[in-house]
Amino acid sequence: MNAVAFVVIAIFALSAALAAATLGKLMHAALMFAVALVGVAALFFLLGAEFVGLVLVFVYVGAVAVLIVFTILLTRRDLDVDRGFNWTGVIVAILVFVGLSVAIFKTPFLASATPQTTMITVRQIGEALMTNYVWPLQCVGVLLTAALIGALVLVMEEKR
Amino acid sequence: MFLIVSAALFSVGLLAALSRRHAIFILIGIEMMLAAANLNFIAFWRFAPQPAQPIGVMVAIFAIAIAAAEAAVGLAMVIAVYRHYRTTDVDQLDRLKG
Repeated sequence: MNAVAFVVIAIFALSAALAAATLGKLMHAALMFAVALVGVAALFFLLGAEFVGLVLVFVYVGAVAVLIVFTILLTRRDLDVDRGFNWTGVIVAILVFVGLSVAIFKTPFLASATPQTTMITVRQIGEALMTNYVWPLQCVGVLLTAALIGALVLVMEEKR
Repeated sequence: MFLIVSAALFSVGLLAALSRRHAIFILIGIEMMLAAANLNFIAFWRFAPQPAQPIGVMVAIFAIAIAAAEAAVGLAMVIAVYRHYRTTDVDQLDRLKG
């Protein structure tokens, strides 16, 4: 694992995520969200899971970010500037981070473990998906169909 | 180290979900928390002795698919609520009866 690349990518992803969480303008936050997910995908590449990284880029940057931008454009009436900031949420988030860090550093196995990076090929993933994971795959297909039909029904014009 | 980054990303997502009033910010925060959980799955899968079964990769792929479905339904709900109330500020959506 390349330590320098890891530090650079981690700082990049985390600062983009922080910008997405704190920027005032909604559109800037949505674009920063896409940048942060590119950073997370780069971390997946660093861990040797290229396929998951690519899927993350396709799904999040290609689909979800575009969906968020369209939603912002469709709900633009109230001047898309966020009013107010709830400081209780900041305190809770910092407490959660401190708690998780203490838990990670206190576990002797986790503090020293370095992940191994042998590659996993797309062929292996495809074989697993088509043998052991066929039923979960079909269920996800049904779930996606149901979710898309549900989303369409939700945004259909109400008849009066 | 990956776990620390994942914890930080989760906390940032939690911050966005808890402290903003705009519904779309809350959805962005939830998506960030899901990405952090995926990072944890992949990292723990890499901690196992290699060559391991590709369980972590499978869980991450299914989690991404379900997160996409959740985002589609959530954003559709934001649009539907906006049509009804003319606002996306979650503090003003305090009526159960339309």
